Amino acid sequence: MRTFASLLMAVALLTLPAPGRAAGKVSDGVVRIGVLTDMTGFYSDLAGPGSVLAVKMAVADFGGKVLGKPIDVISADHQNKADIASNTARKWFDENQVDVVADLVNSGTALAVMPVAAEKKRITLLSGPATTAITGEKCTPYNVHYTYNNWALANGTGREVVKNGGKTWFFITADYVFGKSLEADTAKVVVESGGKVLGSVRHPQSTSDFSSYLLQAQASGAQVVGMANAGADTINTIKQAAEFGLTPKQTLAGLLVFISDVHSLGLAAAKNMYLTTAFYWDRNDATRAWSKRFQSLPGNEKKAMPTMVQAGLYSAVTHYLQAVKAAGTDGADAVIAKMKAAPVNDFFAKGKIGPDGLFRHDMYLVQVKTPEQSKYPWDYYRIVKTIPAAEAFPSVEAQACPLAVKK
Amino acid sequence: MQALYGQLLVGLINGSFYALLSLGLAVIFGLVNVVNFAHGALYMTGAFLAWLGLSELGIGYWPALLLSPLAVGVLGMVVERTMLRRLYQLDNLYGLLFTFGLTLIIEGLFHHAYGNSGSSYPVPEALQGGTNLGFMYLPRYRAWVVLVSLVVCFGSWFVIERTRLGAYLRAGTENPRLLQAFGVNVPLMMTLTFGFGVALAGFAGVMAAPIYQVSPSMGSSLIIVVFAVVVVGGMGSILGSILTGLGLGLVEGLTKYFYPPAAATVIFAIMAVVLLLRPAGLFGRET
Repeated sequence: MRTFASLLMAVALLTLPAPGRAAGKVSDGVVRIGVLTDMTGFYSDLAGPGSVLAVKMAVADFGGKVLGKPIDVISADHQNKADIASNTARKWFDENQVDVVADLVNSGTALAVMPVAAEKKRITLLSGPATTAITGEKCTPYNVHYTYNNWALANGTGREVVKNGGKTWFFITADYVFGKSLEADTAKVVVESGGKVLGSVRHPQSTSDFSSYLLQAQASGAQVVGMANAGADTINTIKQAAEFGLTPKQTLAGLLVFISDVHSLGLAAAKNMYLTTAFYWDRNDATRAWSKRFQSLPGNEKKAMPTMVQAGLYSAVTHYLQAVKAAGTDGADAVIAKMKAAPVNDFFAKGKIGPDGLFRHDMYLVQVKTPEQSKYPWDYYRIVKTIPAAEAFPSVEAQACPLAVKK
Repeated sequence: MQALYGQLLVGLINGSFYALLSLGLAVIFGLVNVVNFAHGALYMTGAFLAWLGLSELGIGYWPALLLSPLAVGVLGMVVERTMLRRLYQLDNLYGLLFTFGLTLIIEGLFHHAYGNSGSSYPVPEALQGGTNLGFMYLPRYRAWVVLVSLVVCFGSWFVIERTRLGAYLRAGTENPRLLQAFGVNVPLMMTLTFGFGVALAGFAGVMAAPIYQVSPSMGSSLIIVVFAVVVVGGMGSILGSILTGLGLGLVEGLTKYFYPPAAATVIFAIMAVVLLLRPAGLFGRET
């Protein structure tokens, strides 16, 4: 019995893929992209099925093949749980020959998958998560953080709104780590830019009634009310701010707001709000052309315009496939080197991926239009200012990424 | 001090929502003896039907205030007739589990069809704007919510506690067999009562639609608080749930003024204390 078991073991070991993946070729005869995202939860409208669609679109536009081998896309729902995310990624790496995990909206899932990918020498392409630590103290060598991070949002909105005359601020903050750090980051920038923080109030996560917090914001007399919260909390804050007559006397500043949120709120409630974004579909001819194609894809049932997360993911996957082509292999070491060496220049953004894995590109401070200003469907933003890449993102030195320091 | 008045008024507004929702739960528990966990999902359904009516069929707020609860009530009665009724002779727990499962299914369906961010329902034109009370700006719609909830709550209390119909209902819970012997169709009465209870949830949903984002998860964030209200008030006590709803809304408002981070927990702290000192609730009868 014992010998039989060891024989079985030996066979099993032999059939396992070799640990050091052969360079100079496409492993297993296929380049497989696994989109791991929130398919049904809080972030499913800003990432979710739209992210999968964007990746499939990128692969189709690339021709469906790289180095003569097919490109395959699979996807799964991580349900915003770190353990599900890391287990799925591990299974994908071990059993499904997945070469790159894409999206990972929700920082908790991203931080759980990154070390697994690094251990297995596979690439992570992050578009959805926000935490700055991803390319800071938690950075890994095989990771690219593509679309935005908290630092960029806090800095963009904080600094530019103060420059535009919004000198005094009041914060409505979600009472957990994310909200507090977003408030702290933004408050720092506001003060540095010559503004003043008059006060703040903390609310529990998933609050539905914000009226008492809004009354406090109103009583503070601040010119700008910064919302350091996310998702349904932000949406309800904005909606009720309009009801309680905060606007137009006070201006709202959204610190984590996506176009899908503005769409669901409607312009009547969201008008005049400031926010920072990496992508707006109606910015120029190239963004319009791509976004309209995305909108009319058969899989896009709600005919939604892409969020920055979805547009960024398309661009990231395209850049990855170009790197595979240039490297002549899908081996992670060669591909990540090419990705960091070659600049990105497409409809989404121009810029370069740093040694810490952060893609630094221009960001845009936008103001939401009023219903009267909006002329056609999805005509939501007025671009107030283009924030150049160097100001939009933290410098390599400012990030505490050990990888970047070594170089 | 001015801010305190504002918070108290806001507390009263929220309290009237709690009262409206916990009233429906209390009616269902008190008269049908079911712990209806699907109350939050049906409240969400009410809000969604109002939104769908407006965006798909052009049905405005005022007709929706009647039609949407009616539709939710009919849905509730179908569920009661076809499924829930089979669980009456079993322990309460089965009804709770069944309605909990129902919640997951309803929320899942809406989620699948309409996504997670939800949609915005406009405040009806006649109720837009507001008044400056000196210590706070009171949106006209919120004043309307308080008024309507109070009328509906005390109207329901009056019908159940002070009329002949109400006496039948209460008798039906005490001794259904005896009541049936007097020629009253008890099963039908149960169905109608359940329908009325969930229609109240649908009604609260329509009332909430212009204030909160209409989204599949809007019910689940409220239902736990409402259950706490019902427990504090005394399971099944109609007046208890109304007064407790208003009272806890005020307490929550005060907490938001003095120590905001505790606002979400204060109701549960009170619930724990009440359960320790008066397990049947403030207005409940010891059995």
